[in-house]
Amino acid sequence: METVTLMNLSIGYKTKHSVKEVAKNINASLKSGLLTCLIGPNGIGKSTLLKTLCAFQPKLDGEVYIDGKSISSYTDKEFSKKVGVVLTHRPQIQNMTVEELVSLGRSPYTGFWGKLEDEDRQIINAAIKQIGIESLKDRMIQTLSDGERQKVMIAKAIAQQTPIICLDEPTAFLDFPSKIETMQLLKRLCKESNKTIFLSTHDLELTLQIADRIWLMQKGSIFVGTPKELAESGELSAFIEREGITFDKSLLRVIIKR
Amino acid sequence: MFKRGGKLIILVVLILILLILNLLLGSVKIPVNDTLSILFGDRSNEIFSNIILKSRLPQALVAIVAGAGLAVSGLQMQTIFRNPLAGPSVLGISNGASLGVAMVVLMSSSLAGVSLSRMGYVGDAAISVAAIIGSLAVMALIVYIARKVKGNVTLLIIGVMIGYLVTAIVGVLKFFSSEEDVKAYVVWGLGSFARVSGDQMLLFVTMMILLLPLSFLLVKSLNLMLLGDDYAKNLGLNVSRARTLVILNSGVLVAIVTAYCGPIMFIGLAVPHLCRALFKSSDHKVLVPATMLAGAALALLCSLVARMPGFEGALPVNSVTALIGAPIIASVIFRRRKENDGE
Repeated sequence: METVTLMNLSIGYKTKHSVKEVAKNINASLKSGLLTCLIGPNGIGKSTLLKTLCAFQPKLDGEVYIDGKSISSYTDKEFSKKVGVVLTHRPQIQNMTVEELVSLGRSPYTGFWGKLEDEDRQIINAAIKQIGIESLKDRMIQTLSDGERQKVMIAKAIAQQTPIICLDEPTAFLDFPSKIETMQLLKRLCKESNKTIFLSTHDLELTLQIADRIWLMQKGSIFVGTPKELAESGELSAFIEREGITFDKSLLRVIIKR
Repeated sequence: MFKRGGKLIILVVLILILLILNLLLGSVKIPVNDTLSILFGDRSNEIFSNIILKSRLPQALVAIVAGAGLAVSGLQMQTIFRNPLAGPSVLGISNGASLGVAMVVLMSSSLAGVSLSRMGYVGDAAISVAAIIGSLAVMALIVYIARKVKGNVTLLIIGVMIGYLVTAIVGVLKFFSSEEDVKAYVVWGLGSFARVSGDQMLLFVTMMILLLPLSFLLVKSLNLMLLGDDYAKNLGLNVSRARTLVILNSGVLVAIVTAYCGPIMFIGLAVPHLCRALFKSSDHKVLVPATMLAGAALALLCSLVARMPGFEGALPVNSVTALIGAPIIASVIFRRRKENDGE
């Protein structure tokens, strides 16, 4: 099912005096139950696109439909129940336990004082269990490794119970095993809970192996398809290949000439 | 170790003990029995009851509400700016109070021909009003800017710059004032819990008792803001409105305390650190009441030290808060670094 639809979207930054358009005419969609990865060279506008979809910055033109409704018609509160976010940079928090942080994911549902009901606690425990961080529950955030911390933020997004989760380079600062583990975890979440998961990344080979669909952002256009489809059509080769680097379409592998 | 509730109760007990010590100790020795009977309505010894009821008790009450207000205000500033060195003075709000007071104290003689420092009670009221107007004016400016700029760091820098600007204006005013007025201004700047008395004291304490509970209304917003603006917004918080409300709450508390007690340093900066270390928590449901209680206790302690026999009430509160506050901050930060390195 299509959960997010982009129509003739243009993104960028607007100030009082000038408009800086980063990308335009973006047409694409996200489907539930699929892990969609956004790749492309640095500076092409991946972050801007992600920020626009997370409602952190307004779109310039065109339309983004989230569950059939225009993104600009959502209030902060309504939106917080639709799209959960995980960012690259870890929040600098001291003296907060893993469980407390995951609990903050319930904020859109709790009342004025943020008091947790039994139902909230069950959801928090389920999220912690689903991500497999029960053993970290009572640890302080500042004592976790980057990989563990990223899992906690994903658990927060699960507790938020949004049908859509957007992650900005969630694997950026992780060591290689943690990168794979995080991606597998996200893939499993898509399938288990039929969520729409969308993330930006530079871990190309890993992405090609695990993603259901790829959005490849290039200058002036965005190519959408399964890794196989984009390999067949030659778009991935055009993105990857240069002097000394080739792309093996059948194996989906980057090959460096020696 | 005690649970969080237990620690809060210990703080309450500590406040009570310090309150009693504040009533008992001072340059004039008043026996415990007499102190108790005076508190329960015995007025037979006029001198003793005057000292207790018109000096020691008001001073202790002022210290309690002022300490609580400054500490919770510091907590709020540190949270919204995610900066451990933020305190009530960081946005130039207390500098605004200084400017208001400087205007009134330093310019009164040249403009109106009366030196405020000689006007006693009326002069005190004028100083309080000037301080409130000055700090609220700076706060209004900050809130206006807060709605325009997005980044917290930008806002912080603007606040610090406003502080410098105001200090410079005060410097110019001082240059053109009489020595007597400058001295009055400097004395105000040293801070004191003893400056307000009588009706003014009652007005101050009542205002603070009404304003302090408002901090509890911001607990959920403050907890979300710990995660940073983006995460907070994604969890449904209207970040710009929440930030404005926190600055307003925190700013009004500082404005009023500064108006009546002068710019008291360090309590707002030190107490939140102390409480985070003590309660091992960053949950504002715990920290808001904890900072209020610990702030009140620390202010009582400082007031007590400042009045110890020998000092005769002459020791400025700011010197004591700094002497006690600076080592606390240093040791807390040092210990936290060690803990983090050890991991």
